[in-house]
Amino acid sequence: MDIKLQQVSYAYAQGTPFEKLALFDVDFEIPSHTYQAIIGHTGSGKSTILQHFNALLKPTSGEVHIGDRVVVAGKKAKDLKAVRQKVGIVFQFPEHQLFEETVLKDIMFGPMNFGVSEQEAEARAKELVGLVGLPGDVLEKSPFDLSGGQMRRVAIAGVLAMEPEVIVLDEPTAGLDPRGQKEIMDMFYKLHKERGLTTILVTHSMEDAARYADSIVIMHEGKNVLSGTPQEIFKDVETLKNFRLEPPRIVRFQQKIEKMINKSFSKICLTEEELAIEIARVLREERGQS
Amino acid sequence: MMEKMIFGRFLPGDSPVHKLDPRSKLIFVFAFIIIVFLANNTVTYALLLAFTLLIVLVSRIRLYFLINGLKPVLFLMAFTFLIHIFMTKEGAIVFEWKFITIYEEGIRQGIFISIRFLVLVFMTSILTLTTSPISITDGIEVLLNPLKAVKVPVHELALMMSISLRFIPTLMDETDKIMKAQMARGSDLSSGPIKDRIKAVVPLLVPLFVSAFKRAEDLATAMEVRGYRGGEGRTRYRKLKWDMSDTFALMLLVGMAVLLFFYRS
Amino acid sequence: MPEILSLNNVTFSYTPEEKESRNAVENVSFAVQEGEWIAIVGHNGSGKSTIAKLMNGLLYPQQGDVRILRQPLSEENLWESRSQMGMVFQNPDNQFVGATVQDDVAFALENNGVPFEEMVERVHAALDQVKMNNFLDHEPHHLSGGQKQRVAIAGALALKPKLLILDEATSMLDPQGRVEVLQTVQTLRAETGLTVLSITHDLEEAMLADRVLFMNDGKKFAEGTPAEIFTLGDKLVEFGLDLPFAMKLSKLLQKEGVPLMGQHMTEEELVNDLWTSNFNK
Repeated sequence: MDIKLQQVSYAYAQGTPFEKLALFDVDFEIPSHTYQAIIGHTGSGKSTILQHFNALLKPTSGEVHIGDRVVVAGKKAKDLKAVRQKVGIVFQFPEHQLFEETVLKDIMFGPMNFGVSEQEAEARAKELVGLVGLPGDVLEKSPFDLSGGQMRRVAIAGVLAMEPEVIVLDEPTAGLDPRGQKEIMDMFYKLHKERGLTTILVTHSMEDAARYADSIVIMHEGKNVLSGTPQEIFKDVETLKNFRLEPPRIVRFQQKIEKMINKSFSKICLTEEELAIEIARVLREERGQS
Repeated sequence: MMEKMIFGRFLPGDSPVHKLDPRSKLIFVFAFIIIVFLANNTVTYALLLAFTLLIVLVSRIRLYFLINGLKPVLFLMAFTFLIHIFMTKEGAIVFEWKFITIYEEGIRQGIFISIRFLVLVFMTSILTLTTSPISITDGIEVLLNPLKAVKVPVHELALMMSISLRFIPTLMDETDKIMKAQMARGSDLSSGPIKDRIKAVVPLLVPLFVSAFKRAEDLATAMEVRGYRGGEGRTRYRKLKWDMSDTFALMLLVGMAVLLFFYRS
Repeated sequence: MPEILSLNNVTFSYTPEEKESRNAVENVSFAVQEGEWIAIVGHNGSGKSTIAKLMNGLLYPQQGDVRILRQPLSEENLWESRSQMGMVFQNPDNQFVGATVQDDVAFALENNGVPFEEMVERVHAALDQVKMNNFLDHEPHHLSGGQKQRVAIAGALALKPKLLILDEATSMLDPQGRVEVLQTVQTLRAETGLTVLSITHDLEEAMLADRVLFMNDGKKFAEGTPAEIFTLGDKLVEFGLDLPFAMKLSKLLQKEGVPLMGQHMTEEELVNDLWTSNFNK
């Protein structure tokens, strides 16, 4: 399902003296099955944008295309449920949305709101707990008896249970320890590949964007200012600095090495593994010459 | 949604009214509410209205905010206006149609009662628009201090009030966030039969309570670690300062009261 | 160097009555000396937050004792001991008591009965130290997470504590906020020699410390300089932590057959080694 934003602007408290423009003429497209990262520092408008992906916010001008649905500024949109079922959002600290007596019921909440039968919802919940890395016996426990990391996984399962085609992730690893962070990110990547999802990762982690995304959009002061593949985005360090962003450590390190040996690598490496192989290759070449 | 709320909002500024001590403003508004009831004829109501408009001018608050403050009581105003118009049966008849008769005195009373509403809402709005909530709390704490003698926990109440005020924006953001999260999971708060809507409030309220308790616990810990153990032996960082202008403001009000006394019938 | 704080054979369980009670902290001992920066690392649930609560008397150990300035912490000296320790917690919102920045910094001073004139002076000085002096009248919801944490640090500093404890103070911040807070702490250390204890799962943060305490499953697994701790390598990863970037990379490089003298903690060291090992022969 493609998502397309056309000339989207959004103002909070429109029509009052407190009106504040959060988005300004945002224009970009996310084709189906892409892993799209949206990067920007706090206050760049990225959290406002993500709420447009399933019509939680409607643009104050412009239009948002979600699959074949169009949400146009100023027009009343009916039956947004269908859209919301197709676009699942994992909000920042999603564990705050848990409310049911048991983990099972909480995971079933989403799908049942969208008319999925009880048996089906239960089956999904049972399958998903394992997938998000929880032991099967949590299903009957109260979500509030779990650890913070486990609660996060329950909340994620609750969104996945809706079987969305597009999944929007807002800083999904905030506050987790390094192992938890890696597990969650790897899980989403696996799902993305296996189920052919469209994944939108809203983050300020350059590292995650570099590692997982096919394409990156950079937000700055309510406007999309730069987009491209990670290779393209991280090539231009100076431009990034203008948007108060630093390229990932890996890229910075590669630049240090390039400066040291006074030679550019053939590509920009996006993971540590890639960089190690590339450095090894370049060093062998260098030694071969001398 | 919630950012549209105007009533009770503080607008920072540096007008003479902003600069007054919260104590004088609280006393002023409280006394004003009583004085309003002295007015009972055209002259006195005109005086009240003029006095209020003068203060609006001095406070340099845009009329927009005051009118917005009126909105919640507009229905009540219209209702009492009509009651006075139809129920008063004195003076010359100005209008007569079938069983409806409107007397001159009715119109007069209707206008008076509307003015009364208007000046009361304007004055209280000016208080909250020109005084930060925390200053109001400070003012109330000091003014209520004598009650300590009869074992009213004035300090604790004021602290509770100031912490609640401090957390209102935080909790509003939180409500908005949880609401959005549940809407994204297909929960529908704004349509369907009442029964369903009430049910849809549970997924909103439970997380809100859980989070509020967590915050309260964290806050209690943070306060304890920073040495909070009740009002005993505490010093105060926020100092209130009573100026000439505060005395002047109250004098002005006394003058107003005298005038009203003099001209009322 | 005088000792500021120590835990001596401390054991604590949240459910001591239960038969199969698991100890959240088991037989942990360590000491913090004046002027040191010590970091306690471990994954979530390793017992490090419980240690923080034991240090300021929110919890009391079932065995062993906690000493502040060599005095065992007890009900009697609790408030005195707390005034010696400034603490900054994880959630920037939930520890902001005051209505504005300056009110919040003054909170601990008010509680300790500091006279008004001195209070004003100390509030301004503390906000100067964390470079938040332009935000005196700002309300918390108009500040970023990093700014709120700096205010919290100022609130702790205003009391002139012997020790500043950071309990996962950076874990909820964005990268910019994290840098802000860590730079503030580093500057403070350079300028005033403040003693710092930080509890964290961020190894980049732990690398800034003089000494690292590595917790796993309620026990002290290892203690040493960051260099010593990071030689544990895979053990860290196994226990749910990560390796510093330079270290991860030097391992991968060695796997690719790049000649290196050893493994490195900082990027500088790694770059230098790459240079000398490969070009300077």
